[in-house]
Amino acid sequence: MRLLKSDPRRDERIVSQRLPRDDDPKEAAGKIAIFQYLTVLVFVFLVSGFWQLQVKNPELYSEAAERNRIKSTPLLAPRGKILDRDGRVIVDNKASYSLLLNRDEIKWEHLPAIANAMQLDYGDLAGMIRRSASRPQIIVKDQLTRDEIAWIESHQDASAYPEMQLIRSWRRQYPQDGFAAHVVGYVGEIGEAELDSPQFIDYHQGDIIGKDGLEREYDKTLRGVDGQQRVLVDNLGRERQMEATQEAVPGKDLKTTLDLDLQAVGELAMAGKRGSVVAMDPRNGAILAMVSSPSYDPNKFTGRITRKEWSQMANDPGKPLLNRAIQAQLAPGSTFKPIMAIAGLEADVIDDKTTFHCAGGASFYGHYFACHLKHGHGDIQLHRAIAQSCDVYFYNVGNRLGIDRIAHYADLTGIGRRTGIDLPNETQGTMPSTKWKLRVSRQKWYAGETISVAIGQGAVTVSPIQILSALSGLGEGGKWYKPHLIQDKAPVLLRQAHFKPENLEQVVSGMYGVVNEWGTGHAAQLPNVKVAGKTGTAQVAATEKTKGARLHSELANNAWFVAFAPVENPEIAVVALFENGVESYNAVPIVRDVLKAYFDKKARGGSRITQNTQPFQAPRLFAWLPLSGGALR
Amino acid sequence: MAVYRSIRDLDWTLLIVTLALGGLGVLQIYSATLATKWEDAWWKQIIWVVTGLGMMWMASNIDYHMLLGRVTYLYLASLALLITTAVAGNKVFGSTRWIRVAGFTFQTSEFVKIVLVLLVARYLTDVKTAGSVSWKDLVKLGALVGLPMLLVMKQPDLGTSLTYLPIFIASIFMAGLRWKYIAIIATVLLVSLPIGYHFLKPYQKDRLVSFVYPDRDPKGTGFQVIQSRIAVGNGGMWGRGTKESSQTHLGFLPVPHTDFIFSSFAEEHGFVGVVIALVLYFLLIMQIVQNAQTATDKAGLYICMGVAALLLFHVLVNVGMVIGRMPITGIPLPLMSSGGSSTWSICLRLGLVHGVRWRRLVN
Repeated sequence: MRLLKSDPRRDERIVSQRLPRDDDPKEAAGKIAIFQYLTVLVFVFLVSGFWQLQVKNPELYSEAAERNRIKSTPLLAPRGKILDRDGRVIVDNKASYSLLLNRDEIKWEHLPAIANAMQLDYGDLAGMIRRSASRPQIIVKDQLTRDEIAWIESHQDASAYPEMQLIRSWRRQYPQDGFAAHVVGYVGEIGEAELDSPQFIDYHQGDIIGKDGLEREYDKTLRGVDGQQRVLVDNLGRERQMEATQEAVPGKDLKTTLDLDLQAVGELAMAGKRGSVVAMDPRNGAILAMVSSPSYDPNKFTGRITRKEWSQMANDPGKPLLNRAIQAQLAPGSTFKPIMAIAGLEADVIDDKTTFHCAGGASFYGHYFACHLKHGHGDIQLHRAIAQSCDVYFYNVGNRLGIDRIAHYADLTGIGRRTGIDLPNETQGTMPSTKWKLRVSRQKWYAGETISVAIGQGAVTVSPIQILSALSGLGEGGKWYKPHLIQDKAPVLLRQAHFKPENLEQVVSGMYGVVNEWGTGHAAQLPNVKVAGKTGTAQVAATEKTKGARLHSELANNAWFVAFAPVENPEIAVVALFENGVESYNAVPIVRDVLKAYFDKKARGGSRITQNTQPFQAPRLFAWLPLSGGALR
Repeated sequence: MAVYRSIRDLDWTLLIVTLALGGLGVLQIYSATLATKWEDAWWKQIIWVVTGLGMMWMASNIDYHMLLGRVTYLYLASLALLITTAVAGNKVFGSTRWIRVAGFTFQTSEFVKIVLVLLVARYLTDVKTAGSVSWKDLVKLGALVGLPMLLVMKQPDLGTSLTYLPIFIASIFMAGLRWKYIAIIATVLLVSLPIGYHFLKPYQKDRLVSFVYPDRDPKGTGFQVIQSRIAVGNGGMWGRGTKESSQTHLGFLPVPHTDFIFSSFAEEHGFVGVVIALVLYFLLIMQIVQNAQTATDKAGLYICMGVAALLLFHVLVNVGMVIGRMPITGIPLPLMSSGGSSTWSICLRLGLVHGVRWRRLVN
């Protein structure tokens, strides 16, 4: 019996001793349906949870499980060594220890203590960890000191600082005092910008990569492949079994064309000066020495350099980070004259008999252009004009050629083009022309500007490697090889100009005269070897101001000297740039030292220094190097 | 009445699903405890399941009306049991839930569930509800259920004590509740949550905090949740199999054969296995509900729905915990988790349901 709503006894409680038999469970059908829907909801809720964990992104958790059970220790691969042409070590690795933090176990409250013990700034450390969010393990400090290692060893057990792991690593060891620093470059942690660029697609955050010089250019050769030691562990960290160990593959050694003996002579000659020395074999473009001064100590970069040190280096007015050999862009001055000579001869505007009169200056287009010899060279022909560097003669040649013909021939020798040397960030230099001026300043070329260009002033700029390549190519009979620093590279012929041999001979003989016949470079004479060369004194600023500017003053003229020897069949060419060296003869002895060292060593029958396994350490004085006496003067 | 019951009238669905889940449990316990100190748990579980089936048979043969008639004594006895446990029980992992009888330990709070199912059914059939339970009855019945809840909470075993709630709620819902009451009960529950938080033990608070923020302390209280989720995710679509399930076998999963058995099951058998197991639980609950619908009287309905709600709650909380969607409470997964008390308890409850079904054709 069902009670109606209107029944007055509705609220009376009828408690019967016998269980009521007349109750009808059917009335709960609707509520049961609600319960059933609820059940369906619960199961959908649960299944969707499993779907998310197991099907949607299964890698996420299988990797987490892998990280759980596999304790992996990176086995860092040493970078390849950098060797000189005789196999002597320039850059080596030294075994050291690094501190690694396992991301999963990092506790932020531990970081201040770790930062303190490792002498790191807490902010730097936290930033480092945040930046490398994708890496399970982060190397936070290299080159640990004995005290730091002791601290880690006493704190690294599971109960104290389980995130810490001490691993063996390698420290890059460069020669001291910035010896050859610009050539070898340095390594550092990969930056954000590099990670974004496609050429670093194989690289990961935290990787150490070459940042400059050969380290950067040949990073892929030098860098090895890091290995991994994998151990299966249980939840208490007990090692259950060894998983396969993946050995590290060391990077390949880089055998360079550098000759440490010549490099040392060049470094010594440039000590205290600003400028550059480059020695090259013009027959194939192999670089024997490359000095840029002032230099920097790459060893400072191997650690994680502080921002302050970096900005100090970057803002140094002497620009120690600049590799002047390939990055300086300066007027070549009179070293440009052999190029003018070959251009004039090839364009048939002059021959060896063409005579101009030098009265210490001449007027062109209403301007007076002076010769460096105040009282003048008198009547002068090509040979003497090169040897004595007569400005008036070349003003006339330039005037006859016009800028575009000058530019054409200069371009053939490589002025205004990158040489393509295997170093990063080479500059291009400038060879002006009418088109160039129109493009750069939207103005037409004035014939008067040609006169300055004719003596390597005005808008024309070169780097030492460029002018070296240009002039030594003339000595090679009009062949230009790509300068390179790596031994096993086949020489690359960049250009061959089909100049008349007699024209080339006249230019080279003029350059021979520079050194051997009352010329501007007579200090470069060597016994038994015929040297040819060309000096240059390039103005830095307007003539009036530079008068009386002293050596090293920033307004003083730059001194250039380019030479090659033996003149008949050049096998070495050397350029010296002595910035603010006032007069070109200040650059001549630098080149001479390098040439002499080269020919002395050749006479000895190669290097007396046998291959050593010790890392090359250049001390402050290179006294221990068995250099030729002349080099040390 | 026995003459009307035949083999054909057995609830085959209920039986087969129960056996299938029990079997899955035994296999999983075997696989999860290989080479651990619990290596013998699987054959013990076989004993529990087999004896459990016996109990199920026994419970189906007892007329539930007879049990309802004696529910007062059963209720008093279970209170006494809980007090005995508190006084003379075994302390394991810091909480006193077990009493020792003849070499076996029993979790008394598991058996109280059966009594509460009966108690609620009896109370609600006694009052003439006529569509809705009165306020007074609600409070009285709430007090009757609340007393053992408090005792279990004091053990402390918050998880098990909370399992008593769905029995109560499902049954009064079936008996009929005014919307006003539902609103009031919901409000009271919501208000009491933050107050109740202050009465929690520190470890219970940690569990709640790490449920909301599992990554806050990955090596501490969040560990179990994180490891369980990793184990589940590691299973993927098809599972890792017994040999490759590293989370289970290298000890990263806490208690892989009891509370976290579904986690190790998910790692070894993947999403496919999980769906099969969950479908079995779904079938079981739906079959119990089916029996509730065909029950001959309201008492049978209440019994079935109480058991169904309790089972649903267990599955929701235990499986939800495994995937990090429920806080860690330490309640087992019925029929799969290793353990005699919980297996017997669920078998007895299923036996009651079966008894209700058998008696549906009376008269």
